[in-house]
Amino acid sequence: MPTSQGISLPAGPAGPAALGERAESGRAASILPLRLRGAMARARGKVLIGPIDLDITRRGLTIVMGPNGAGKTTLLRLMHGLQRLSAGEIIWSAPQSQVRDRQAFVFQSPVMMRRSVLDNIAYPLVLHGVARADARAQAAEMATEMGLGGLLDQPAPVLSGGEQQKLSLARALIRAPEILFLDEPCANLDGRATREIEAILQKAQGDGTRIVMSTHNMGQARRMAQDVVFMYDGKVHECAEATGFFEDRPKTPEATGFINGDIVE
Amino acid sequence: MDEILHGTYEAARLIVTLDRDLLEIIVLSLKVTLTAVAIASLIGLPMGAWLAVNRFRFRRIVIAVLNALMGLPPVVVGLFVYMMLSRSGPFGAMGLLFTPSAMIIAQVLIITPLIASISHQTIRDLWAQYHDLLISLNATRGQRIMSLLWDGRRALLTAMLAGFGRAVGEVGAIMIVGGNIEHATRVLTTAIALETGRGNFAFAMGLGMVLIAIAVLVNLAIHGLGRTERSSVW
Repeated sequence: MPTSQGISLPAGPAGPAALGERAESGRAASILPLRLRGAMARARGKVLIGPIDLDITRRGLTIVMGPNGAGKTTLLRLMHGLQRLSAGEIIWSAPQSQVRDRQAFVFQSPVMMRRSVLDNIAYPLVLHGVARADARAQAAEMATEMGLGGLLDQPAPVLSGGEQQKLSLARALIRAPEILFLDEPCANLDGRATREIEAILQKAQGDGTRIVMSTHNMGQARRMAQDVVFMYDGKVHECAEATGFFEDRPKTPEATGFINGDIVE
Repeated sequence: MDEILHGTYEAARLIVTLDRDLLEIIVLSLKVTLTAVAIASLIGLPMGAWLAVNRFRFRRIVIAVLNALMGLPPVVVGLFVYMMLSRSGPFGAMGLLFTPSAMIIAQVLIITPLIASISHQTIRDLWAQYHDLLISLNATRGQRIMSLLWDGRRALLTAMLAGFGRAVGEVGAIMIVGGNIEHATRVLTTAIALETGRGNFAFAMGLGMVLIAIAVLVNLAIHGLGRTERSSVW
């Protein structure tokens, strides 16, 4: 049985300069790379995932793949801090006090606050002390970039699924997080909305945001992935560069079956 | 049937002629009840939200007690407040017994559990929806509570209206601590009780209709201000 011991994703350029064009001036040292060492999550005595060893380097776009129940969502939640760590370590490259504010999470089912589109997007800024008028101005700019400019005063809960997910992305990106976790953000969207979300993510990545995203969609994984983490039965079975994973074939039968479209239980 | 018709006539007469005694009673009723609702909301709404977002030992017991207190007998509350405020009581020196302040205190004790309990249920549902997002955004505990109260504001109006409904129709406690003193602590409910005792059924009926009209008008006004039913998805 393959294990995830000591697997490391390809390292990006070292040092703060590696963050490229992103407006990082005045910011503290990067919180990345992120390292998981023997990380486990348990609930009611049952192991949900782990032990997992994994490195998330400073740059790139990692796709987490695997069948239902493999532990993709739990892995993302564990890294983001929404899932309690039961054993092992999650090591960020900056003090814990700086870590939470410099990452963001987009959920599979968008959480729409009972506010207008504009106030939803401005919310993280207001929480962190930005004056409401400034926050709304920045939110309006972000909404326009995301194609939500005509919906600013609409109540967020009445938006379509694609618009809600774009709003979630805008809210997650408004504070320019260093790393963005996404849990199957396009699971319930049609082709057009999926394409728009992918374009936004690629732009965010170009702007310097590290992206770690789970998906079931093989086409999306092939289009977007730079690195692939394949999970099965709560463990990382394979961790490789996307080209190697998709073209040279995976090393494990589960991953091979999965990318061939076989039913992997 | 005659008494109902007579009561309706009497109510109309009292209102049309702007009866001074009636106006005084209405103003005092509204003053006492709205003050009690405001104070109880300031206590009950954050309390309900706090209970919804915090996990602590005995939390379930606290919530069960809070729910049980919704059915607190007003007469018992009146008796308790009377004993606290009477000359021999711990707060007797404040001289509050038989004043509108005593009536407000009694009403606050009666309606705070009601407002806290309903707001807890409302906020609990909203918290289940917002939980991961607010944790992810690193909102402080205070920010979480404020966000939940703000986003749940329309639903929380229901809690406040329930408190208003209970307080405006309450008679047992405020009769005991207020004493139903003319031009001092007489409110609509205690006046109705007095007139019924005197056999003035028509006048009591008239006061009752005024009371119902006030309750309906205040509800409509709050609904109007809160724009409830206009944005159904909020």
